[in-house]
Formats: sequence, C-alpha cells, structure tokens
Amino acid sequence: MILGVEKVKKSFDGFVAINGVSFSIPKGEICSLIGPNGAGKTTLFNLITGHLPSDEGKLTFKDVDITGRPPHQICRLGVGRSFQRTNIFPRLTVFQNIQAAVLAHRGKSFTFFRPVDSFFQEETGEILERVGLGEYAQMVSGSLSYGFQKQLELGIALASEPELLLLDEPTAGMSVQETHQTMEMIAKITREKGLTLLFTEHDMEVVFSISQRIMVLYQGRLIAEGMPGEVRNNPEVQKVYLGEGR
Amino acid sequence: MSKENWILLLFVLLLICLPLTESRFYVFLGTDILIFGLFAVSLNLLLGYTGLVSFGHATYFGIGAYTCALLMKKASVPFPLAFAAAGALGGISALIIGFFCIRLTKVYFAMLTLAFSQIVWAMAFKWNSLTGGDNGFVGVPFPQFLDSNVRYYYFTLGVVAGSLFLLRKVVNSPFGRILTTIRENPERTKFIGIHVKLFQLVAFMISGIFAAIAGALFGIFNHSVFPDILFWPASAEVLIMSLLGGIYNFFGPVVGAAILLFVRMQVTSYTEHWPVILGFTLAFLLFFFPGGIMGFLQGRFPGLGGKR
Repeated sequence: MILGVEKVKKSFDGFVAINGVSFSIPKGEICSLIGPNGAGKTTLFNLITGHLPSDEGKLTFKDVDITGRPPHQICRLGVGRSFQRTNIFPRLTVFQNIQAAVLAHRGKSFTFFRPVDSFFQEETGEILERVGLGEYAQMVSGSLSYGFQKQLELGIALASEPELLLLDEPTAGMSVQETHQTMEMIAKITREKGLTLLFTEHDMEVVFSISQRIMVLYQGRLIAEGMPGEVRNNPEVQKVYLGEGR
Repeated sequence: MSKENWILLLFVLLLICLPLTESRFYVFLGTDILIFGLFAVSLNLLLGYTGLVSFGHATYFGIGAYTCALLMKKASVPFPLAFAAAGALGGISALIIGFFCIRLTKVYFAMLTLAFSQIVWAMAFKWNSLTGGDNGFVGVPFPQFLDSNVRYYYFTLGVVAGSLFLLRKVVNSPFGRILTTIRENPERTKFIGIHVKLFQLVAFMISGIFAAIAGALFGIFNHSVFPDILFWPASAEVLIMSLLGGIYNFFGPVVGAAILLFVRMQVTSYTEHWPVILGFTLAFLLFFFPGGIMGFLQGRFPGLGGKR
C-alpha cells in the first residue's frame, strides 16, 4: 500500500469535517475521491499532505508514519499535490515556476553563488513539454489563461517526481472539452511514470471512465469505496449523491 | 560580459573618478549614498526578494555601528577586526530576532520586527555606561590607514561594491530563486519540498550581516554613533528608499537611496518642510509608479536587467 489512512478525524470549532475516515491505496492505481460540495475532500487532501494536522488517526506513506509531519517533509518523501484554486508563482515565468520545483527536488536550493540559469534547463524543458507548455516557457505565468495555469500547477507537482500525486479538481473551471483533454493527459502521464493518482473531480463521466477505484465521501464519512461498477450501483451513493443530480 | 555588467563597470569607474572633482561635498555625499545604498539593498533581500516587510531593519545597521565604534574606541580592537565583528554580530542578532519574527506572517511579522527594534533602541538609549545613551558615542577616529575623507570614500566604495557583488550573486542563485517563490507564494513553496521558515531565517541573517556592515561604515564615517540610528524612523527611511528606487530591481534601492539623500540635502537648505515634500512624493510614486523608479525605467528600457 502506498497510502494508508486510518480512522482520521478532523474538526473545526466543533464542526466535524472528517469523521473517522479509513482507506488505503495500492501502488500504481488511479483513484478518485468524489462527494458533494462540503463533503470534506479538500480537507482530506490537506490532512494527507500535512497542510493541516489531524485530530486523531494515523497516516502512512509507503509504510512510513507521516502523521503530523510538515508539508515540505511529506513532499520530499514523494507526495505531490495540486490545488483546487490555482496556486503558482505568478510574477515568475512559466520556466522559472517549474525550475524552482526541480531545484528543490534535486536538493540544489541551498546553492548560493552559482547562477540559477545554469541549472536543470533540460529537465525543466522536458516537464514543460509533457504538460504542453513548451512554447510558453518565457511567459510570465500570472498572465497565462486559467487552463494553462492549471497545467502549470500540474507541471510544478510533477517536477518533484512524486510517487503519489494528489490532484484537487485538476479541471475546475474548464470547459467539457478541456476537461477531457486534461484528464487524458494526466492519465497518460500517470501510466508512463508509474505514478499512483488520487484526484477529485466533478465530472462523473470523467471519473467513471479513468478511475480504477472510486471513494465516495459524504459529510466527512466514507460511504462507499470500490470499483466504478460497484460504486455506481451502491444504493446509498445513488441516494445521497448521484440522485441529487450532483 | 552582459550589457548590464558593462554599465555597472562604467559606473564603478565614474565613482572611482569622483574624488577628482576635489569637492568635499561630493565625496561626502558619495560616501553617504554608498553606505545607505548597501543598507537599502540588504533590506530589499527581505522586502523585494523574500516578501518579508521588515519594519525594524535599522536595528542591524545600529548594532553594526555601535559594535565597530565601541570595539575600536573602548577596547582598542584594530579596525579590520572590529569591522568583521560588526558584521558577525549583525548576523547573530538577526538570527536570534529573526528566529522569533519568522514565526509570524505579514503585518504581525512587521510589528514584531518593530517591537524588537524598539527594544534594541531602548537599550542603546538607556545604557549610558556603554553607549553614552542619548548623548551618543562620540570621538571615533578614522582608522590610521584611512585617515582622510577621500581614503575613507575609496574604502567604502570597495566594501559596498564587494558586498553588492556578493548579494547579486546570491539573488541570482538557486537560493535566491527559492526566495522569490517564497515571496510569490509561501504556501505553494512548502509543497515543492522547501522548509520555508528556514529559508526566511537564512535570508534574514544575510540581510542583517550586510546591514551591520553598512552601519559599521556609517559610524566611522560620522566619527560618532547616536541611538537615533536605531529608532523606528530610521527603519522607515530605508523602507522608503527601497520603495522609491524599486523593490523588484536589484539596484533599485541604491537608486532610491541616492535620490532621497541628494534631494534631501538640496531641499533642506531651502526649507524645513522636507518631511512634507517626502510624504507627497512617496504618495505620488506609490499611486503612479508602484514599481519605483527602476520599475518604471525597466518598463521603458527592457535591457535594464529584468532580474526579478
């Protein structure tokens, strides 16, 4: 198991956001986490990546206990993430965004007297090509269109060469066509690199077409978990989730 | 060599020629601008590069000034040693104060830097036996081998040029690049695997070292040190210099220091309402040229080093 979540709980001022969630993800799987707005998906991501401390429970990554560790350590162990709202370095160029992440990953960030331009040109270029931003390398990233910024975020996450990639609504705000293209790209990268993927997504068609396993979160509890077929036919899921016409 | 480096070389040559004017005024002003230019650039490592608004940067400048002057006069420590000790103590105090300050963010960070700077100011103000308190610490001589204004000017030019050379290397290094990602987005920087607080602390310390070096230069230059240089308006003034010149350009703060000191010297000979003029100028600038003077010029002439 690459990721283990055991009886994790989190509340904010008495509101229980995550109420004893347990699941585990085997290496190499493409998993999705779905649930209506406010179900606790982003909170769960924040707990796994160390953004928030959990109140109870245990988190493991490749059998290493990561409960309570800070984000940068969890990232170094091999957990990459992207955010629901775009989260880039807006005044830097597209190239510099990715290069910074490569520098951090390769342990060169404490180099003081050598020009940064001489570092990882090729590696950075490769990632840019992979996420389809090769021709925008020298643009100031904050001036990119929303869709491209999302792709850049994915590139930043990939630059840390994670084994487990958590993507929080990687296609939020995209058109149907863009959504399909982006998810195809993500699935392709995941397979080629042998990554494990956990993502959240609102487009059910996308979720059911690329996921090998689906987990359904509702009011802070996991109400279903399994292969797409099982989840689709689960009566509770149909009642609380699909029945609402999402 | 790049175009920017040629311009810089030319500039340094001009500065070397400055004493040929045989004007005591220009040599004095030149020394003053060099010192405050270094001070403002050291602050800008935090302000423009790391995104930390320090409101107490005069602390390290003052610690540098007192350390060097006190060691020379009271303990008869040779100048080179006293000078090095000033830089070291500036770094150590920045490390200690920074350790607490970086725990907070944004306005709380700024207020904490201000609080610490007022503590240090109060110590210098009240500790009569050591610092001379309000009367200041006077009668600090030029070191023997620098016993004229022109010699001291050349020494200052050498130290400032060397310091800026090192600082420029640092901001253009991988470390410097990570500082800019922290400025842009500290949260995201954590998730590329960076221990953000550690980087902020190191930046704070480097900044403190160079501020203290500038302060040490200043104390000897004036032959005296007063607690005023530790008081909060001194911290505000160096912030203004940086903003005026432009915080997103490496040399912006030097330009800001030069303009502020030159204009102040001119204006104060005509009127005593300098703070009013400064206030209006700053308000105008912040509205119409938020990138400062260098930010504006850079927009017009993209060749002027767009290093962010």
